[in-house]
Amino acid sequence: MIGMQMLHAVALGLPLTILVTVLSLGLGTVLALPLVAGLRSGNRAVWLFTRGIVDLLRGIPPVVWLFILYYGVSLGALRMSALQAAVIGLGLVSAAYLAEIFRGAIGSVHQGQWEASSALGFRRGALWARIIGPQAWRTAIPAYTAYGIGLLKDSSIASTIGVAEIVFFSNQYARQSGEGIFVFFIAAGVYILLSMPLGMLSRHLDTKLRKAVAR
Amino acid sequence: MKGLFPDVASILPTLFGGLQVSLTLTFLSLLFGLPLGLLFSFGVIAQNRAFRYVSVFFVEVGRGAPALVLLQLMYYGLPNVEITLSSLASACLALVWTTAAYTAELIRGGIQAVPAAEIEGSDALGMSMRDRLRFIEIPQGLRIALPSLMGFAVLLFQATSLAYTVAVPELMSQAYSTGSSTFKYLPAFVAAGLLYLAISVPATWLSVLAEKRLSRHL
Repeated sequence: MIGMQMLHAVALGLPLTILVTVLSLGLGTVLALPLVAGLRSGNRAVWLFTRGIVDLLRGIPPVVWLFILYYGVSLGALRMSALQAAVIGLGLVSAAYLAEIFRGAIGSVHQGQWEASSALGFRRGALWARIIGPQAWRTAIPAYTAYGIGLLKDSSIASTIGVAEIVFFSNQYARQSGEGIFVFFIAAGVYILLSMPLGMLSRHLDTKLRKAVAR
Repeated sequence: MKGLFPDVASILPTLFGGLQVSLTLTFLSLLFGLPLGLLFSFGVIAQNRAFRYVSVFFVEVGRGAPALVLLQLMYYGLPNVEITLSSLASACLALVWTTAAYTAELIRGGIQAVPAAEIEGSDALGMSMRDRLRFIEIPQGLRIALPSLMGFAVLLFQATSLAYTVAVPELMSQAYSTGSSTFKYLPAFVAAGLLYLAISVPATWLSVLAEKRLSRHL
């Protein structure tokens, strides 16, 4: 009976946990692309600037970014909602980590693939869309899903600025009932359950796609 | 933005005490977490069932659950079973768990990367299993795992910022209390961010350097 109440409390937070994770992963993926371009740039100034941004984003803990955005940034009288601050903050941090993952994956595409595409006269757009992009993406998938799982857990940080996700409700339940130990174990279990299929999918894709990439 | 920098500069020195607490918390978590991680790295593949199950439980929960959940579990949860710890002790316990779980996997990876010929060599020399672990597998495995362990230490240092949720007076909570008492939230958090940055960025460079140096012979 009490177990059901706890499960209910944790389940109430599930939608926002998933929403924050998915939106910030999406935002991070999009923002990572210009960062990758900057990290691969031959222009020293552009490279240094991008390197600086990536180090800045990764060097400050996510919770500090969330607090800066939520308490610190206002556009006129308009302040960010907790959800907006969480998605933008986690999205920015993700962009930096994902940029490094993508950069590594692009670097691992065999040199011959570039040479062959230029020998065949591929244009830049087609080169990225049809040759380098797909192969780099395949190499990046394990690290990308691993980062996604990490982000699922980091989405719990959104509770600190009041986003009503799993930890927020667990915390509320623990304070009201004074039964903290089980509800947090249930919350832990839900995170583990959520990340298990993702981990399995990642391992499956990894073994399958490993064979498809030229090296 | 006008006036942000003088505010940041005046708040910055007041946060040094908090930074010290953050660093202490990081150090204590590594001090107790790393030996436990080494133990679990053998536990997860041990023959002994009880040892294996306990290790797998701690490693899987420690890696699968967010550090924030473990922190709250220790702080709000343990009093239910008649264990009441100070906020620093409960934060420490939670982060030791996280550290042990993550480093168990990193150390496991390092030990598995020790060349098979080393093991064969020690067999050929008639080494006992204990000597093989002590002189061959653990030293070389830890050496291989060192750069990733250093990378983890940086993430752990950043994760101590979550300990403010259980009232540990570390960097983040100092910044928050400065922010709420002066209403200068942005300068306070920017100052805290700069201090985190000042530690994590050079530490990351150090781990990259270690990786390069340790793979020099390859």
